[in-house]
Amino acid sequence: MPTRTVAVASAVGLHARPASLFTQAVAASGVPVTIAKDGGAPVDASSMLRVMALGVKHGEEVTLAAEGDEAERVLDELVELLSTDLDAEPEG
Amino acid sequence: MPADDGAPTTTAQGRTFTGIGVGRGGAVGPVVLAHAAPRVPPGEPSPDDPEAAKEKVAKGFADVAANLRARADTAAEAGVTALADILRATAQMAEDPALLEEIGTLIDAGTGPAHAVEQVVDQFAQMFLAAGGYLAERVTDLRSVRDRVVARVLGVAEPGIRPLSEPSVIVAEDLSPADTAGLDLANIAAIVTRMGGPTSHTAIIAAQLGIPCVVRAEGVGALVDGDLVAVDAAHGTVTKDPPRELRESIERRVALLGDLAADDAPAATADGVAVQLLANIGTREDADRAAPAAVDGVGLFRTEVLFLERSAAPTVEEQAEVYTHVLEAFDDRKVVVRTLDAGADKPLAFATLPDEENPALGVRGYRLVRRDPGLLDTQLAALAEARTRSGRSPWVMAPMIATAGEAAEFAERARSHGVETVGVMIEIPAAALRAREILDVVDFVSLGTNDLTQYTMATDRLRGELADLLDIWQPAVLDLVATTAMAGVEAGKPVGVCGESAGDPVMALVLHGLGVTSLSMSVSSVPVVRFALRQHTADQCRMIAEAARSASDAVQARAAALALVSGEVREALGL
Repeated sequence: MPTRTVAVASAVGLHARPASLFTQAVAASGVPVTIAKDGGAPVDASSMLRVMALGVKHGEEVTLAAEGDEAERVLDELVELLSTDLDAEPEG
Repeated sequence: MPADDGAPTTTAQGRTFTGIGVGRGGAVGPVVLAHAAPRVPPGEPSPDDPEAAKEKVAKGFADVAANLRARADTAAEAGVTALADILRATAQMAEDPALLEEIGTLIDAGTGPAHAVEQVVDQFAQMFLAAGGYLAERVTDLRSVRDRVVARVLGVAEPGIRPLSEPSVIVAEDLSPADTAGLDLANIAAIVTRMGGPTSHTAIIAAQLGIPCVVRAEGVGALVDGDLVAVDAAHGTVTKDPPRELRESIERRVALLGDLAADDAPAATADGVAVQLLANIGTREDADRAAPAAVDGVGLFRTEVLFLERSAAPTVEEQAEVYTHVLEAFDDRKVVVRTLDAGADKPLAFATLPDEENPALGVRGYRLVRRDPGLLDTQLAALAEARTRSGRSPWVMAPMIATAGEAAEFAERARSHGVETVGVMIEIPAAALRAREILDVVDFVSLGTNDLTQYTMATDRLRGELADLLDIWQPAVLDLVATTAMAGVEAGKPVGVCGESAGDPVMALVLHGLGVTSLSMSVSSVPVVRFALRQHTADQCRMIAEAARSASDAVQARAAALALVSGEVREALGL
């Protein structure tokens, strides 16, 4: 199963607006993706509650995993998203 | 002369419900029902058709999310983007697949749908509370989603109160601060609750705002929106379709209370013994409201309000700004600031342990210093800064002190920050019994009668059904007040009372008679206490106090005191 490990770039960690944008992107991809912290149990990456509950702070690494034909492409997109400071973007 | 003296009765015109009145006023107006958060029935059966139950829950979440998004759009159009963002984030939580997945698992295992919703949402809420910070701040949003979905699943009314278009009588099971937030106070003529006791939050807030209130009013569940009722807080009655005499009697009393409110003479007994009457406040706005009143200052500034609804403690600068404002508002009058009293019924996201089994007896009030001394030091530093800026020196006291050792520690810490007048609260029986030793190390003490009663009678303040035990008129509680006041007289140091009991005109006479030197209360109670004191000599107050202490229970204590109160005061105040 394809996986990616990436450090979270958002200053507030994977919370609030970054968590919201990330989980919406996962849901929009239509591909089941999991996210795990420090070798912890992977959780559904489209669930904002579960993702926020991981308590990922700025600079901490997470591991994404997905399956299926689209997996590689979706993971690359999500890695790019997490490598950006999502909180710093101008309000939409 | 009021026509409604004596026990309330059922008249031909209207049905009368009896409860416990808060304040002395009254009002007549139409009923507006407030729907409390739904309670999940204890014996909710397993669903016959789990798939249908899951669909119902899913529809509940979807409806709530759609509603939140609609409100977000309205907020965004109105340019309130911060609110719109919060509402959208809340909607996203309501649609979270994790919720439906876990609720589905519970329903498949035979849990009733409302229980399943409650259990799963509470799991996340606990996790968020434990994480603190931003997550802890989302817990209120999560719980409001839970309440709305549970209401839909159970088919009961959505929690909340509709906007008020005219002065109305709010009728509720009980009210939480969240229920009343955002309501137009000018249109709340009175508040009636079926639950709650005289020291519940509803009662305290109503007393603070001078809104007539009746709590524990049996049978008011029978009232519906639009019923015309007369609320008489002095008698603790709510009368549907009130007869003309009752309406007139309430109007007369409200007019007299208006006259008393205009009286700004210094408070003293009939023979000229001065009594300090002070205000209880919690916010900068309270200070602005209380400062123009005829009070001798502030006897209790509850600072925890500054800390509520926050994920991290306010900084020195944030606190200093508010303290300076309050000190300047009262100019050269006394201001007693109570340091953070968090825990028990006032949980804070950053200072409360999620797993305390018995928080009222746990790490709360001054005891927080054991875990996080920085919290108190920051507050003392902010008070020192406010003193420099305002040129006014606050009196500072710590809550929940149990021993003279703790009082000495607090005094040392406060003085090291430059506090000149240091005191402690007496609200634990151990502290009342050792008030003399405590007064050796501090400059003043203040009796918190609500907590003192709770701890003396081993009765939870939030247990309305035990209201008879939770009564400051219990002679054991009066004994502890007397012990403390006596220690103050001997030491020549001030002993105040800052519980709501100080605002009861009869209790105020007792407290003065016991040797209490200042009475701090809601500003709205000051006029009747001033009036009652002026009609009695200091000696009469001592006799009234003695009569109350000699009684064998709370009801007799109050009756014995009341029997010695002047007839004029009893009649005028509807006592």
